[in-house]
Amino acid sequence: METSRRQESAASASNPLAIELRGISKAFGPVQANKDISIQVAKGSIHGIIGENGAGKSTLMSILYGFYKADAGEIYISGNLTPIPDSQSAIRAGIGMVFQHFKLVPNFTVLENVILGAEGGAILRGAMAKARKSLSDLAREYELEVNPDAVVEDLSVGHQQRVEILKALYRQADILILDEPTGVLTPAEADQLFRILNGLKDQGKTVILITHKLREIMEITDTVSVMRRGQMTATVKTAETSPEELAELMVGRKVLLSVEKTPAAPGGMVLEVENLRVRDETGVERLKGISFNIRAGEILGIAGVAGNGQSELLELLAGIARGEGTVRLNGQEVALNATADGQSRRARGIAHVPEDRQHLGLIMDFTAWENVAFGYHHAPEYQRSALLMDNDAVRTDTVDKMERYDVRPPIPTLPAKNFSGGNQQKLVVAREMDRNPELLLVGQPTRGVDIGAIEFIHKQIVALRDAGKAVLLVSVELDEIMSLSDRIAVMFDGKIMGERDPKITNERELGLLMAGVVK
Amino acid sequence: MDFATLIQILDSSIRLATPLLFACLAGLFSERAGVFDIGLEGKMLAAAFLSGSVAAVTGSVWLGVLAGVFASLLMAGIHGLAAITFRGNQLISGVAINFLASGLTVLLGQNWFALGGRTPALTGDARFGPITLPLADTVAPIPFIGPIYAEMISGHSALVYIAIACVPASAWVLYRTRFGLRLRAVGENPAAVDTAGISVTGIRYAAVAICGVLCGLAGAYLALGLAAGFGKEMTAGRGFIALAALIFAKWRPWYALGATLLFGFLEAVGNRFPSIDFGVITLPAQFMQALPYVLTVVILAGFIGKATPPRAGGEPYIKER
Repeated sequence: METSRRQESAASASNPLAIELRGISKAFGPVQANKDISIQVAKGSIHGIIGENGAGKSTLMSILYGFYKADAGEIYISGNLTPIPDSQSAIRAGIGMVFQHFKLVPNFTVLENVILGAEGGAILRGAMAKARKSLSDLAREYELEVNPDAVVEDLSVGHQQRVEILKALYRQADILILDEPTGVLTPAEADQLFRILNGLKDQGKTVILITHKLREIMEITDTVSVMRRGQMTATVKTAETSPEELAELMVGRKVLLSVEKTPAAPGGMVLEVENLRVRDETGVERLKGISFNIRAGEILGIAGVAGNGQSELLELLAGIARGEGTVRLNGQEVALNATADGQSRRARGIAHVPEDRQHLGLIMDFTAWENVAFGYHHAPEYQRSALLMDNDAVRTDTVDKMERYDVRPPIPTLPAKNFSGGNQQKLVVAREMDRNPELLLVGQPTRGVDIGAIEFIHKQIVALRDAGKAVLLVSVELDEIMSLSDRIAVMFDGKIMGERDPKITNERELGLLMAGVVK
Repeated sequence: MDFATLIQILDSSIRLATPLLFACLAGLFSERAGVFDIGLEGKMLAAAFLSGSVAAVTGSVWLGVLAGVFASLLMAGIHGLAAITFRGNQLISGVAINFLASGLTVLLGQNWFALGGRTPALTGDARFGPITLPLADTVAPIPFIGPIYAEMISGHSALVYIAIACVPASAWVLYRTRFGLRLRAVGENPAAVDTAGISVTGIRYAAVAICGVLCGLAGAYLALGLAAGFGKEMTAGRGFIALAALIFAKWRPWYALGATLLFGFLEAVGNRFPSIDFGVITLPAQFMQALPYVLTVVILAGFIGKATPPRAGGEPYIKER
């Protein structure tokens, strides 16, 4: 078999091994998260682990960091069998971990966060002084400058991540595991992170990078292991593989990585937005005068780092939040004041696939068919009489939608929380898109969605556009924005920094706009 | 109001603030570690009862204090078990402790002493006597400073001075020691502590135990210092007032001293002037006595600025997948 040949070639690398896992298995109840996983990571290399959501990457790394105990298997560090029953032993074995969601105390200073758990004495005073010194040494050595007295919650996400890396280095980690480190970073910050990781590698540290982004794997890793459904499907040298091959190994079938679409044929004006302003409950202005428009048969992509007003924009247009300004749909004004609500928006033909499907899109404990009815529960076809709903009709409709939108398993009575992220999203997409809206608002359509489902959801969005509808797409995934949008607007700090044509612009230019830099 | 009256009121403010201060610091340790505790009241009550009982039987005030701390620790253990180990709802556990203490003290009291739920009145060595600070008699005749030192500062029982000493001690532990750093971190983001390889459970139990000891001292002071024996429901909502003071103090030790002194002062004023005659209207005694409780409601309703509780407060820690 070709994979096994390659596995051998990766293992016989001349460098000694930093980590070797043999036959790791772990089950959570009936779910086999890791099944007989073996992996070898050479010292001083950057090793990628790629796989879809739920493939078991994070579980494997949590076992290596002592967060979970494996049901079976052995861990070797630098060739020695090393049991890791808890995080303290992992730290002692020289393993540091940067979690996807940072494990920092927001109202502590950088220094306090770094020494937490490694204080070096019962009284803080001496430990603090010592830590301050070695922190500044580390910062200089690895280009990880941060102000040790800054309070962590005041730092940018990129800097918070540096604090996490510093935490690991302060504990003398030789092996650094990063779990989806670029999810929250701007492209420029991600580039900076990669420079830091390459610097660590030059100093002889071993880096394990967990990600679902193929581009990052190709860009920075030396070797890459692919996981699918709890199993390790291959370990290959990055130089000898291609994104297409990796995607196929991840999903188990051929996947279209780019979105196929014909050029847009924009029609009449559908959405006109002028000078939108929104304040949050603390009085801070989150939207500072936003204007744009979308024509029929057009996808406008809003790019930007999360938290720059995109959520407020979506919620205002969807009738969930209140604000000031003018919004016109097909020339008719849409209310932004207290009379606005999701119901009246739907009546006007505005559908909304919210960013946070688990809180705004679904009720997780309710069944699929109940979730499919939400928001459209007044629809005439769902009524039995003036008072009673026709639940059978909803269930029948749900079965039909599940089939056409490929929701698996197609069981309408299953609670929403029992579907995978991708299938939950398909449920929401089915509910919102199936009624042929004039305008579709869609936020982070593929967040936490596996590659196969991403392909499907993207096709649906393009199909709606081709049917002559207007689409507002908000996403923090630049690749998604670039491949789906007909026009791209970049948001920063509640303002639109500019509009670009996806055929002409590039990631670098968009990245600068996302960071608020206008040339 | 003359100077002597003012000194008397301030003197009794300090005495009345003492159980509040103990309880407030108790809540501070627990809540800073992320374990909300509305069972302060119940713990104080249990402590007051057992300390009163043991002091009455043995005639030793310090054995009484030990017994009070023991009773309170037992209650804290229940709360810890429910809130930390079994990840239960911390409010419900606290309410349960309050009910348990309220019922159990009267039941056992009646069973043991048959005095309608009270414990026998304490005399002599079975209750706290005043401690005269050095030179108090010498400086007493000096105008102004003399009365302040001799009457207001000197002449309290040992637990009053221990309570006040607990304030800098708590501040030191919280902000200057490794334990304090970890305790505060556990209340803000337990995952950060867990991933650093430290037991969240261990730290939270330690915090709850400290809370138990301090509540025990609060209760013991009620029965052995402020009063002469345990009386049914003698805490009279002080556990809740201490919680209000804790919020008012924004979960900080020195502020806690100020907040509890304020409550103590209001109670002292209420005691000293049962009714105030303004000529046009006379404020009834009930109004003055209600003052601390009115302030409690005002504070809990959020009228006193913004107080941010520890971020992970009230939530059991569950490792995420």
